[in-house]
Amino acid sequence: MSRPVTNPRHGRMRNLLSIADLGPDVAAGINEVMTLTDSFVEVSERTIPKVPALRGRTVVSLFFEDSTRTRLSFETAAKRLSADTMNFSVSTSSVKKGESLRDTIETIEAMGVDAIVVRHASAGVPRQVAQWATSAVINAGDGWHEHPTQALLDCYTIRQRFGDVAGKHIAIVGDIRHSRVARSNVAAFTALGADVTLVAPPTLLPPSLEGWPVKISTDIDAVLPTVDVCYLLRMQRERMTEALIPTIREYSNRFGVNEKRAELLPDHALIMHPGPMNRGVEIDAAVADHPNTVIVDQVRNGVAVRMAVLFLLLGSGTTWGGEADV
Amino acid sequence: MAERERRLTPPYGGVFVARTRVMSADDMQRATKRMAHEIIERNQGLDDVVVIGLQTGGVPLAARLCQALELIDGSEVPLGCLDVAFYRDDIGLRPVLPETVTDIPCDLDGRTVVLVDDVLFTGRTIRAALDALSDYGRARAVQLAVMVDRGHRELPIRPDFVGKNLPTRRDEAVDVTSDGVDLGEMVK
Repeated sequence: MSRPVTNPRHGRMRNLLSIADLGPDVAAGINEVMTLTDSFVEVSERTIPKVPALRGRTVVSLFFEDSTRTRLSFETAAKRLSADTMNFSVSTSSVKKGESLRDTIETIEAMGVDAIVVRHASAGVPRQVAQWATSAVINAGDGWHEHPTQALLDCYTIRQRFGDVAGKHIAIVGDIRHSRVARSNVAAFTALGADVTLVAPPTLLPPSLEGWPVKISTDIDAVLPTVDVCYLLRMQRERMTEALIPTIREYSNRFGVNEKRAELLPDHALIMHPGPMNRGVEIDAAVADHPNTVIVDQVRNGVAVRMAVLFLLLGSGTTWGGEADV
Repeated sequence: MAERERRLTPPYGGVFVARTRVMSADDMQRATKRMAHEIIERNQGLDDVVVIGLQTGGVPLAARLCQALELIDGSEVPLGCLDVAFYRDDIGLRPVLPETVTDIPCDLDGRTVVLVDDVLFTGRTIRAALDALSDYGRARAVQLAVMVDRGHRELPIRPDFVGKNLPTRRDEAVDVTSDGVDLGEMVK
């Protein structure tokens, strides 16, 4: 079956599948999202936090994997833009009856949707969906691959606190091997000119780090005094098929940020976490409630950043980089 | 704002080429002063008056109007700016991106809002602005001040305070800067 490459209603659509999709100049693409996010932060602070920008558009979230904040965040973002939202959860759908991914996409598209937000346990599924679908596809996390909107909201949160991401030293600590957040964040942070250090036991680093402009360390206590941002990752036990660490307790002792380690951080340094966090494993309960811990800001900014992404894809009539596309 | 956006937008896009200067900087200053007097006269003072400039062309004019109001009346007038990008009725038809972040200085409930723009043309920007304002509260009244009213309205909207009524052809373009107002054409 042949499919049109353009959507007759909105001209050529673009997708957000990875940070690299933000344009030939990734930093410019990220900055464009940041600038637009400022406007949506203002919208979110109003008594009536809703604008009619995407009236009549439909955004469907297609989550093949569990999620709290990303799904709710996208849904809130779409609703604040006056778009209609549809929710699809695998456990209550015909996927249970054996319907294939392609048929599921075609069924959803036949109902006339404008954007599909996809999360899947396998890397590359959003790209595959984008090839089948005529609507805009947004990657909300695919396997170990990427989670671009998380990286955008992290950049925004850092920019909000420090004014700029460039020149900041950011340590990403934890299960980097299984983390799509780490992959998107390394791409985004380094594109914006930050210095990134990955801190993890060797078994939790990706098999190859070729082409990653990052430093590696296994000694968190040596890295913490030099950072502006300490970015903690969750131990993704559901993705671990072999014994990569002796015990969670040992990991926690060597890499978890407890109150003592938090004191090593410079006074201005931020502690970030993409959530969901496991208190007592990678982050101590007391540290999670520390004033420099900006996890709540990350969630709040997530809605505004996703509004910006949805508006850029569905409403603005521009491509990343601002040129007209109508 | 309307003029600037139109400049970026096909099929109107192109470069503005001025043909005639219709207002000098001095003319604009005098018109601003006169509009300030009219605003005070109409509202019997400046109690609860808020001046809000529309992005982008209305913002510098709103600032100057505010100065003129404060000079005449002596009381301070809240000044804000409004970007109506998310309220436009042509989203999806042409590129729409906000120029800046909207800044409304106070709660608008019960206030009299004076909207300020550089050029009043189709009235669609003002329609969007009225929608946007209603999300910030229920203003007691909304009045509209424009430097140039060039006609060709597509909606039932009229200005309350006008710097200059300028009859134009639809295909002409009006450019308002701090140096003055020019009438000309968009050239591709």
